[in-house]
Amino acid sequence: MTEVVVPPPAPPASVAAIDAPNDAGHALVVSWQLSPDDANADVLQGYRVLRSQGGAPFEEVGIAAPGQNSFRDRVPENGVRYDYKVVSFGPGGVGESGTAGAESHFQWFNKTRISSFVIMLIVCGSIALNIMRAQAGQKMYIRKIAGMDAVTEAVGRATEMGQPVLYVAGIQDMDNVQTVAGLTILGSISKLIAEYETSLVMPCSRSLVMSTARETVKESYLSAGRPDAYREDGIYYVTDEQFGFVAHVDGLMVRKKPATCFYLGAFFAESLILAETGNSIGAIQVAGTAMPTQLPFFVAACDYTLIGEELFAASAYLSQDEKMLGSLKGQDFGKAVAMVSIFVGGILTTAEGFMGWPVITWLNDKIHWLWSGG
Amino acid sequence: MKRTIPILITAVVGGLLIAAYFVPAPFLASADRLIPDFFNIIAAFAFVLGGGNLLRVHLTKISRRDHEWTYSVVTVVGFLVMLLAGLLKLGTGEGGAFHWTYDLADGRLLYDALYQSVFTPCQATMFSLLAFFVASASYRAFRAKTPEATVLLIAAFVILIGRTFVGGYLTAWIPEPFSEYLHIPNLSAWIMSFPNLAGQRTIQMGIALGIISNSLRLILGIERSHLGGGD
Repeated sequence: MTEVVVPPPAPPASVAAIDAPNDAGHALVVSWQLSPDDANADVLQGYRVLRSQGGAPFEEVGIAAPGQNSFRDRVPENGVRYDYKVVSFGPGGVGESGTAGAESHFQWFNKTRISSFVIMLIVCGSIALNIMRAQAGQKMYIRKIAGMDAVTEAVGRATEMGQPVLYVAGIQDMDNVQTVAGLTILGSISKLIAEYETSLVMPCSRSLVMSTARETVKESYLSAGRPDAYREDGIYYVTDEQFGFVAHVDGLMVRKKPATCFYLGAFFAESLILAETGNSIGAIQVAGTAMPTQLPFFVAACDYTLIGEELFAASAYLSQDEKMLGSLKGQDFGKAVAMVSIFVGGILTTAEGFMGWPVITWLNDKIHWLWSGG
Repeated sequence: MKRTIPILITAVVGGLLIAAYFVPAPFLASADRLIPDFFNIIAAFAFVLGGGNLLRVHLTKISRRDHEWTYSVVTVVGFLVMLLAGLLKLGTGEGGAFHWTYDLADGRLLYDALYQSVFTPCQATMFSLLAFFVASASYRAFRAKTPEATVLLIAAFVILIGRTFVGGYLTAWIPEPFSEYLHIPNLSAWIMSFPNLAGQRTIQMGIALGIISNSLRLILGIERSHLGGGD
């Protein structure tokens, strides 16, 4: 019987080391051309990546599986040259490559995010420009938001009926931008409530939201010249649990029958339960959320609904502050850029299918790159 | 000063987080990682604040014998029972015997038992109300009073039966190639994938721009409504 001798694997070729791109340094990427024996599992079991610094002996820093032709190595220091060697290994021995070296450096800009940066410059630039135009005294036309025009009527109705205004700022915490938007609108609405001498009831599903809402409402009462009318107990914490909170708010609505209900913030499945209960007690209801799946429920059950972006525009709209309105105008410019991109992209994609000209493909790729965030 | 400091903190933190997205500097990466932790720490303290507020509000109602004060008794009792069961790790061990336990793996904790056997069914009850509310809201929304409402009604009807066996059964006879669009499950899928998705994406793009604009107003200190407005 003859013993089968397994030969050592052929070494990987063209070993190269480069600084890992778009990072804070401390990382090098070693790459190589696969060994000719890579597909032969009897001969090659993997690659050992060895590192050396300043002529010191090579030490193993990692193992790559067959088929893998690169390895990312964390290095201790930036600006220091590290040399690498890649060794293929198997039952018959090893195959050693040549060496390659590189230094790691910190990059000031993550180039994979250039398109996001361009979009940010366009949108933020147009917002800043319009704020400056507004500051210079230029009048800003903003289309009417029916839900916000109805706020005065809704608060007035509660005053006439002698019933409270119910305000729910969603069920998320202060780290959610919709909750922040809900509380900025609360600032404007509570000022109106203070002026109309109506009572406000605001159950909160997060204690941090409760604290912030109290401060917001207190400041609004103060700026309306009615600090004496402010009642801290009207804004209180219930529970973090979604349906526990809904049970409380539903019960509150049925018992206290608020004349006006505002639901402005982030909502989930509870949106319809709240809005339908409000509908059943005959309250005038204004809702607003940026949760696309909940919008149809609010539209079906409420008198007025702020759809998506209107939630974020509502505070500016209510204040009628020129600077805030200017920012809305800038936002509209961003929307116009998006609309033009969609329109042109649609035409280019269609044309690409018919004509296949490289210039059309190039333009189409550029538009796709601009909005893909990378 | 009361307004300047919060605006300053918002501007600095907002600026740092925007910079952290584009600049891979180690200190910015740390800020990006640590700032949400700060929020979690503050939120943990707020739990105590929330619990304290809950007790204060309901104990006041009970002591004043306010309207429907009995609900407050249920709330306070429920709160205290859960709090004590959790803090003291009350549980039942082998054979169901009640005892104090410090080992979470030893027997069944009363806290978990109450949560699973009392709270979860109550929560499911509230959630199930949604089915009835969907029916009543649909009844109002789908009345064909205007052309738009009629389109909505037809689309809703197609999607509704397209998601059940009835849709496939009723239109199984439609021959190729018409069945690609007119077979109700296919029509239902088309409505969801094209007109519905297009509408949703439009709303989402508006939301994204709204968030950018709102954030910028907060970072630049232009939005002050949450601080009571004014300069």
